[in-house]
Amino acid sequence: MIRQVLTFLLLLVALPLAAQDTMPPAPYAYNQLADPRLEAEASDLMHSLRCLKCQSQSIADSDAPMAGDMRHQVRSRILAGESPEHIRGWLIARYGDYVSYEPEVSKTTWPLFAVPVLVILIVAGVLLRRLGRRRSDETGEGA
Amino acid sequence: MRNRLLLWVPLALFAFFAGLAAYMLTQQKDEFVESAMIGQPLPTFDLPAAVDGLPGAAKSDFTGKPKLLNVWASWCLPCIAEAPQLDALKKQGVEIVGIAIRDRPEDVANFLGKYGNPYSRIGSDKISEVQLAIGSSGVPETFVIDAKGVIRYQHIGDIREDDVSKLLAELEKAR
Repeated sequence: MIRQVLTFLLLLVALPLAAQDTMPPAPYAYNQLADPRLEAEASDLMHSLRCLKCQSQSIADSDAPMAGDMRHQVRSRILAGESPEHIRGWLIARYGDYVSYEPEVSKTTWPLFAVPVLVILIVAGVLLRRLGRRRSDETGEGA
Repeated sequence: MRNRLLLWVPLALFAFFAGLAAYMLTQQKDEFVESAMIGQPLPTFDLPAAVDGLPGAAKSDFTGKPKLLNVWASWCLPCIAEAPQLDALKKQGVEIVGIAIRDRPEDVANFLGKYGNPYSRIGSDKISEVQLAIGSSGVPETFVIDAKGVIRYQHIGDIREDDVSKLLAELEKAR
């Protein structure tokens, strides 16, 4: 009985491991670009792209095979002369805003940018009214 | 009196947000990232054969009639679960083009030997290049591609028995 339970538990542990491929990583998954300036560009971009398999990590932080394949895309495209924002755009066209950690103004994200402006305007309005009232009170007393 | 009531507003707001947070915690999280490529033409690709005896897959294969593009891998467990459904689709006359992600020819051959071969061709995508280009974020995923090579529908996860009719309907719609 105990042995059966143990086997079952071990199988539970083994299953997720079995669901990984055994292929070597893509050429640029773990290899940096030779040019430090290009590698810095790639690294900045990779830190701001979301891993699709492990959704709370950037592709720079993740060891998932798919994140490695995404790093390969980023590095090889940068090496081919694409700009980082162009590559980000390419990924957003495929996975939506979700893939980028740097929100851009779009149909769903505009409140993110509009709300702070709105709040500042309201606060400024309230302050102006209060301060204005106090000043007119003071000048009223002075007269 | 009015000021008294106003004092409760912050507490009410707090209660509202606490309640919202508690409610959202009980909701199932949607882990799926949908492809934003629905309605877009397939990107150009030309993959070598993933296994001896079956041709590789290219964009130019998607002509003539709507076909299924199945993104899978021999190391993917849910792919075993959907094998009978792919077989059923094939028996209904659906052409299924496979893309094997990060796979080896011997593993692909082994998988097909064990669970059957529903594919007319399988391309080998060793670095998930085509998978990323079509906005797929995992295996298995199945896309409906129309006769003009436009991506019309995406099914995420393994195909269950009750998904077969939905896929057939989407293939019909793509005609």
